[in-house]
Amino acid sequence: MNTIHDMGGMDGFGPIEPEENEPVFHHHWEGRVYALTRAVGRWGRGRDWPGFRFTLESIPPAEYLSMSYYERWFRMITTRLLVGGLISETELETGYPDPGAPRPELLPASNTGAPGAGLLDMDVPARFGPNDRVRARNLHPRGHTRQPRYVRGRQGTVVEDYGVYALQDTDEDGRRPADRRPQHVYSVRFEARELWGERGGAREAVYADLWEDYLEPA
Amino acid sequence: MDESEGRPVGRRGFIRDAAVGAAAFAAPGKLMGDQDESHHHSHEHGHGHDHDHQDVPPDIALRVRALESVLVEKGMVDSAALDEIVDTYENRIGPRNGAEVVAKAWVDSAYRERLLTDGTAAIGELGHLGGQGEHMKVVANTPEVHNLVVCTLCSCYPWPTLGLPPVWYKSAPFRARAVIEPREVLSEFGLDLSEDVEIRVWDSTAEIRYLVLPERPAGTEGMTEEELVEIVTRDSMIGVARVETPSGGGPGGDA
Repeated sequence: MNTIHDMGGMDGFGPIEPEENEPVFHHHWEGRVYALTRAVGRWGRGRDWPGFRFTLESIPPAEYLSMSYYERWFRMITTRLLVGGLISETELETGYPDPGAPRPELLPASNTGAPGAGLLDMDVPARFGPNDRVRARNLHPRGHTRQPRYVRGRQGTVVEDYGVYALQDTDEDGRRPADRRPQHVYSVRFEARELWGERGGAREAVYADLWEDYLEPA
Repeated sequence: MDESEGRPVGRRGFIRDAAVGAAAFAAPGKLMGDQDESHHHSHEHGHGHDHDHQDVPPDIALRVRALESVLVEKGMVDSAALDEIVDTYENRIGPRNGAEVVAKAWVDSAYRERLLTDGTAAIGELGHLGGQGEHMKVVANTPEVHNLVVCTLCSCYPWPTLGLPPVWYKSAPFRARAVIEPREVLSEFGLDLSEDVEIRVWDSTAEIRYLVLPERPAGTEGMTEEELVEIVTRDSMIGVARVETPSGGGPGGDA
């Protein structure tokens, strides 16, 4: 979706501000949000809850920018739990289970055979190979996508075939295709001048990792 | 790190409503008043830095606590397991893992070769693979080429080798600027590269995670692998810094 998380190439955010001796978590609650997010992941199995990244990206842009990183994660995890029917708004408000509410049951792992996010040992033909000239397709899906806006319509060169991965894109409701469309992911080199015109440095390039669906021959 | 199993049910409006609901609920009254441990870390870490921590609602600690309480009560999570996850990333998994990879590559040319050819396998030799670092690509800095890692869309970062990312890496300015003006970004970090040096920016848009192999600094020839581990910094493995020659000869060294 074309929203604020897709930040590559934007101006106006000011300087980068590294913090010396930065703690892993700045507040106790940040660590709890991180850990809760990791720990509840298995409860999403077999349930109709939207993707992690999709849910973050669905936060309205002005809010997204005003929230700290772990505030966004907190919104994301509570949203997913609510949508998945695993928690109620009253429970979130009170911190206590609703009286008489049944305890959620852990559902078995996927019974659809859909692959996960990792590298797949699948024999899928590769449309492109190293040194092929490609163009990133001009796609503007309403769901989650891993094709950043700044490459769309731009030409690059395939430098490496990373193998077969399930597509992580979702539809506008945060759902991924049932078969996950396994396909090759390529490292594609884009010259900075191709991406940014005269503002791009002559000796600069950006490498993006792009699923085959995002590409067409140039 | 996404494990959802989608079913074909239209629910766009529901998600929007749920998001608003999750944002809107108030501080949990029933939790107020009893011992609140939620702030006990924040003071230890109070450096006065609040960038990218804009307008944190004062009740967020309580809201998070309410969430944890109800999930524990419902038998969905175990507080000890949460403690374990926090402890892992606060104390056990961090940039030292990546530093071990770099130092080994500096002293062992065959390992360096394996690392650059198949980063995943070579990092696996040292046991530093795992969540958000299952598939690794290592890119080497040279006098001619400098590499910089970013995630413009999110915050993707190699957890098993570098730990969790710093706030600046996840911040809007870095995500926005690294791809369009990397030379200025590096300069802001105090790294002024000659115009002759090519900059390669790696945007972690898929499931591969990147680690920069920095150049071994001059004057470290006499240092052991263990000593070298101590001088490799997190920032050098993201690509926003060089590894500096230790002043005064370095840890245990006399170079």
